[in-house]
Amino acid sequence: MNTNNKLDLVIAGVGGQGTILASDIIGNSSVLENLPVRAAETHGMAQRGGSVINHVRIGTDLGSMIPEQGADVLLALEPVEAIRYINYLSENGIVVLNTKPVYPVTVTSSDQYPDVSEIINTLKKKYEVYPLDASELAIKAGHPQSMNVVMVGAVSSYLPIGKNRLEECIKDLVPPKTVDINLKAFELGKENISRLIETSAKKP
Amino acid sequence: MSMREYMLGNVAIARGIIEGGGQVITGYPGTPSSEIVDTLSSIDDRDFYVEWSVNEKVAMEVAAGASMSGVNSVVTMKHVGLNVAADPLMTLAYMGVKGGMIVIVADDPACHSSQNEQDTRRYSQFSLIPGLDPSTPQEAKDMIPYAFEFSSKHGIPIIFRSTTRISHGKSDIELQSVNKEKPQPDFEKSVERWVMIPKHARIRHPRLLEIQKDIKQELQDSEWNNLKINEESSFGVIASGISYVYAREALDRLGVNASVLKIGTYPLPDDLILELFDNVDTLLVVEELEPFVEEHVRALAEDKGVNVRILGKTGKNGEYVPREGELNIDKCEKAISKAFGLTYAEPSLILESELKLPSRPPAMCPGCSHRASYYAMKKAFGSDAIYPNDIGCYTLGVQGGTVDTTLCMGASISVASGIYQAGEKRPVCCAIGDSTFLHTGINSLLNSVYNKADITVTILDNRVTAMTGHQPNPGMGKTATYEDTLEVSFDQLCRGLGAEFVEVVDPYDYDSAVDVFKRAKEFEGTSVVISQQQCVIDARRAGIKRNPYTIDEEKCTGCKQCVYFGCPAIEFDASLKKARINSMCTGCGVCAQLCKFDAIMEVEK
Ligand SMILES: Cc1ncc(C[n+]2csc(CCOP(=O)(O)OP(=O)(O)O)c2C)c(N)n1
Ligand code: SF4
Ligand code: SF4
Repeated sequence: MNTNNKLDLVIAGVGGQGTILASDIIGNSSVLENLPVRAAETHGMAQRGGSVINHVRIGTDLGSMIPEQGADVLLALEPVEAIRYINYLSENGIVVLNTKPVYPVTVTSSDQYPDVSEIINTLKKKYEVYPLDASELAIKAGHPQSMNVVMVGAVSSYLPIGKNRLEECIKDLVPPKTVDINLKAFELGKENISRLIETSAKKP
Repeated sequence: MSMREYMLGNVAIARGIIEGGGQVITGYPGTPSSEIVDTLSSIDDRDFYVEWSVNEKVAMEVAAGASMSGVNSVVTMKHVGLNVAADPLMTLAYMGVKGGMIVIVADDPACHSSQNEQDTRRYSQFSLIPGLDPSTPQEAKDMIPYAFEFSSKHGIPIIFRSTTRISHGKSDIELQSVNKEKPQPDFEKSVERWVMIPKHARIRHPRLLEIQKDIKQELQDSEWNNLKINEESSFGVIASGISYVYAREALDRLGVNASVLKIGTYPLPDDLILELFDNVDTLLVVEELEPFVEEHVRALAEDKGVNVRILGKTGKNGEYVPREGELNIDKCEKAISKAFGLTYAEPSLILESELKLPSRPPAMCPGCSHRASYYAMKKAFGSDAIYPNDIGCYTLGVQGGTVDTTLCMGASISVASGIYQAGEKRPVCCAIGDSTFLHTGINSLLNSVYNKADITVTILDNRVTAMTGHQPNPGMGKTATYEDTLEVSFDQLCRGLGAEFVEVVDPYDYDSAVDVFKRAKEFEGTSVVISQQQCVIDARRAGIKRNPYTIDEEKCTGCKQCVYFGCPAIEFDASLKKARINSMCTGCGVCAQLCKFDAIMEVEK
């Protein structure tokens, strides 16, 4: 847990992936931690499979929008979307990335989807990057739709919020029948990232 | 004990309506305003009346009637909705109200989900109806009880202007107690008051002008405006609504000292502006969209012979703050630096990436019935035909060649008539959603039939108002609170309007749909095709389960016929040269009917 009590987080993804639930879990648990919090979300039209971005600002009582290069962490639920919004990330920022692509509608896009390894290498040129296959972990947890909660678990150690608070909010916010799956998803995301952080710390 | 909850701006506004004692709440859906009524209508234990009206004009009039009866009313809409409701609004200003009446209008700077980015504050000035402009979701909630009181006290409605970042922002919100004292309905007859014949209007107009002074004074003294003089600085900033929080943070980040006037009400607080003039040499006006505050500030300076350098969007010094799009901290930092002569370094790219990113426009869902309707329509009418379109999820089909115009809600049918009446010889086939048809399409169809336009009108009846978040409408036989009510028959409605060719078809049945469209095309006069199939999102919520489809790799020749259909569940494997169906398939079965090689079939469970 980060004890600084202030964090600007950008969550990027594709409409339908559950970015709003991810930011809701973090926003609600910030209130439980007694921290002021603001968020800006994409609702409406873009939610139909378009590119979406949410800003979550913990510890601020001003506006909800993070300035360019102001975010401490970028949580990307989709690889291409990490690059699309990378300029929000500050110089020493951290990227937590789901490596599973969502391909845009084939016929309408003539552009090619870049190689995921190329995306990761590009990001690594400037930033600390933690890639994980959150979609796979979600299936392991019991349902592919819990990918967003895997990602909340993955980012949790950077948040100024206790683990139990986050878990409390997950229980409150996900459909009752899926609580166990989502708690498992959270745990898997958290574990996986800890392992990645450990190995990267061991490297010279 | 204080209660804090994390909530969406629109949910906070809904909470404000409850705290302030709202009694009749109406609205027509429109992003970013819809969740206000959505929230109120989903409360089971409620002591107020809430409805989705069929359009904004109707919603405004229902709320006005309630307020004439003395109760607290609210009408909600998106910014363009106020154009539809402008007629009652303008005269309601003369007539005035009895119970408090709040007109909540949500603007959409940057057109996140809209066809334009008009600025509602202009309507406030135009109609002489006072306006509130919150800077945060918390303030938005707190303003509502104030607005009820203000409106009933002065006997005039009040416009409450939100924007996307207020309505769709989230925040921890401090809750207040609920006002349980509510006025009882009691309509008092008074023809001078409620009947706006010329004789009475001539009396009410001067009254409207007269009360402006009191309104202005009271708003000026309210907590929504705030002036902080900084003795050490000769710079001043005026910022209105949400721009205030951006400007505030930009000043902090730049470390600039300045006197700051926060604006939250219209008419503007002149005394505070004059006091600011006395304390600064250079003044920057920061506001989203129109130079509304700025024009007033300039006029006031001119009138009082004040010599302060005023900067903003207009004037001889050029543009400091953009007039289009939404503001943010970066734009404010840039404007403030430029205005006060500081050097400003545009944030440069930290990561230079060579990667070409695929674009990701929003698209209709896998299995959406609109896609199927379009495909059949295009088969029957050909690519040469002209396809006027309307506003709804179906507009997302813009890449597919059956969306040639989109102007405003209801315009598809009238624009189609106009194209025909212009003498255009190509076939004209327009499309309009169920909710949009009931909103403002009915009158256009009547006009088309009456004036003998030879066009085809397609009603894309997906049994819901989908685009704005799946609100019920009269075609579904459900009210806003999901009570059963009359279910309007589109077939009978269109016949009643005089249409002689009216046919209902299921667009999932491809051959029948093509056949109906072909016959509609041949019909001379206005023909109507009602293409009926529930929105897949709504169908899933209603528990309808369909088996997904799959492609037999052996049979697939890679002809791409199904890929051209454009369903996001159909992918093409370029290396194998075969099509494939992914897990997003909702089982509409249309692609299977298009495949010439019988390669697509249902996965039986
Ligand atoms: C005057 C006006 N009011 C509201 C809106 C917001 N709006 C956009 S599309 C839409 C309704 C779409 O419903 P429908 O026609 O049934 O099509 P669907 O989305 O279900 O396909 C609304 C209310 C608008 N654009 N203009
Ligand atoms: S929400 Fe419904 S109407 Fe809108 S695109 Fe999806 S299936 Fe079509
Ligand atoms: S059946 Fe075919 S067209 Fe329909 S949703 Fe599935 S893949 Fe898409």
